[in-house]
Amino acid sequence: MEVRSQISMVFHLDKCIGCHTCSIACKNIWTDRKGTEYMWWTNVETKPGTGFPTCWEDQEKFQGGWKAENGKLELRSTSKRKAVTNMFHHPNMPTMDDYYEPWTYKYEDLFNAPEGTDQPTARPISMVSGEYINIEAGPNWDDDLGGSPVYAENDPNLAGLTPEQRAQLSAVERLVFFYFPRICNHCLNPACVAACPSGALHKRGEDGIVLVDQKRCRGWRACIAACPYKKVYYNWFTGKSEKCILCFPRIESGQAPACFHSCVGRIRYLGVLLYDADRLEEIAKKPTDELVEAHRSLILDPSDPQVISAARSCGIHDSVIEVAQESPIYKFVVDWKIALPPHIEYRTLPMLFYVPPLSPVMANQEGDTINHVSSDLFHDIDDSRVPMRFLANLFGAGHERHVRYALRKQKAVRWYRRALTVGDVSMETAERMLHEAGCSVEEAEAIYQLTSLCTFDDRFVIPPAHREEAIAMLEDPLEHKQAVGFGFISNPRRGA
Amino acid sequence: MTYLDMLLFAVLPYAAFLVFFVMTIHRYRAETFTYSSLSSQFLENREHFWGVVPLHYGIITVIAGHLIAFLFPGEILLWNSKPLRLAILEVTALISGLLALLGLLGSLGRRLKGPKLRRVTSINDSVLYALLVFQVASGIYIALFHRWGSSWFAATAAPYLWSLLQFRPDISFLGGLPTIVKLHIVNAYLLIGFFPFTRLVHILVVPNPYLWRKPQVVRWSYGARSRT
Repeated sequence: MEVRSQISMVFHLDKCIGCHTCSIACKNIWTDRKGTEYMWWTNVETKPGTGFPTCWEDQEKFQGGWKAENGKLELRSTSKRKAVTNMFHHPNMPTMDDYYEPWTYKYEDLFNAPEGTDQPTARPISMVSGEYINIEAGPNWDDDLGGSPVYAENDPNLAGLTPEQRAQLSAVERLVFFYFPRICNHCLNPACVAACPSGALHKRGEDGIVLVDQKRCRGWRACIAACPYKKVYYNWFTGKSEKCILCFPRIESGQAPACFHSCVGRIRYLGVLLYDADRLEEIAKKPTDELVEAHRSLILDPSDPQVISAARSCGIHDSVIEVAQESPIYKFVVDWKIALPPHIEYRTLPMLFYVPPLSPVMANQEGDTINHVSSDLFHDIDDSRVPMRFLANLFGAGHERHVRYALRKQKAVRWYRRALTVGDVSMETAERMLHEAGCSVEEAEAIYQLTSLCTFDDRFVIPPAHREEAIAMLEDPLEHKQAVGFGFISNPRRGA
Repeated sequence: MTYLDMLLFAVLPYAAFLVFFVMTIHRYRAETFTYSSLSSQFLENREHFWGVVPLHYGIITVIAGHLIAFLFPGEILLWNSKPLRLAILEVTALISGLLALLGLLGSLGRRLKGPKLRRVTSINDSVLYALLVFQVASGIYIALFHRWGSSWFAATAAPYLWSLLQFRPDISFLGGLPTIVKLHIVNAYLLIGFFPFTRLVHILVVPNPYLWRKPQVVRWSYGARSRT
């Protein structure tokens, strides 16, 4: 058993209000430089919708991620064989048109325009070419456009939905959508790392954060094509790939990443998971319908004495093991099983999990009264306005059982709390629901605590980096005494 | 043999290679970040294919041909002793040269067309395009109008280059060569000397170990502590 620690995440979609504060926090810190204007390391998509870059989930078009065929795991379009044949031109590479051309406005015209009868205007100019452009797309271009025939209707996750279900998603006045915030999943079997010809992309051994070594990156862009989530971006100015770094400088100093910290809906959770790295390939090759369970089985119980001793022998610090025992992620993913990986069928084993949203219900209407209670207490889970099939395509590799389980449990917890605080539901009904959802009263209380009353410290349980100790063991702390004052830090300069 | 010939064929090559080695190594050490293919496929995808692909396949074949003739001149002469084999070699080289020229002009046109691509085209890129176009075009001209260049190369250029390599430059081999061939040689030295200042450095960092490495890469920032 090769135990490794991984900083993992849960996004609770029921709490996301689609305010994009996370995107702005990240943008202001990391991607306000030349060449990165179009990048959104964290972004919030409207579902159903086409996302960013447009239709990133359409792997027929982008050919990202892994495929498992004949017991072999192979990258779909960036395998070693194809790296040779596609060396000079990769046919499935996204271009700026798939994202958008970044722009600003010629604000000085507002002040410099000669006096005249018209109001001066600030025309949009491209941040790439500097010339006037017509804006044809932008970040969040289909924000809140659930039901739109141009955007929502092209969502790849609508595959397999009946015409009635599709119509129901976009029915006027009953239209429904939810938000899907995304960052890099810091996968256990990252396609971007496996595809990088230069070995620039790597996973940090200590915490599993996936990074691009900017000095090793040569701009071959295999990572861009390989990442099925399209969360590695090409800096067109420096000729290097860039991606979410999970704010590792913040994490190392005990702070939550900027998008987590600023999240208004408090939907984001972060903590450590221990996993068995020896079984990665075996798990990534499993048949699609076993993938969700298999992925979960990779995660080790940090309270198990055997796991603890194995972790110690793999060099994991005791303080990290302690933090893993407190991990909110472990509760959501393993204990409660209400957080699911996005598009596990891409086989990258993502370590960002989502609690699927309870959408507005399709109540049964009898005459003028709308009745929410029926003999089958969970009837509205399957009658949700967002069809189960759609959520299953996103979070269950097309299999509904995982999503149904998560939603039933969430609903049972709500009814249990309602019975306690409002009292218009009998406790007997609530307990029956908890029982049917496979949830104990203690578990319901715990879920309620961590989703509704969670403090900052409940949501972010960050492992200590122990940098001081590590560096001390690595080299003599006095090695550079009287020798080096300060290093040169040069700006990254584009090559000739 | 004039002083100019001495300068161009006995001094310039050493100067060019000196600049090449000193500056590529210096650039790699001091400004590692600038080593990149600087691809512009992200900004324009369609014409990229018709420019970049023929350019690369063409130029790699041609350079490999030059290298083989330099390393094995005797074998090339032997191969060329049968007219059919000579024709095969020459036609392959000519087709590769034409592919390279076509690709070069295609990428050049592509860069001139779009405002976005002009934004990522530097002055060094323009100089490089001029040198490359001249180099490839002069090579094709030689292949068409001064035929059987492969035998020439083996008989005159190869011994001349070997004399350079042994630090006993003997430019008498070049005495009877047509001007265009001499220009082709001089331009090659200019390209080698200019190489470290251009995007061509990406050739030096072609990642062959990738083909033999394990798929996942893990780096332990804190060194051996974490490894058992």
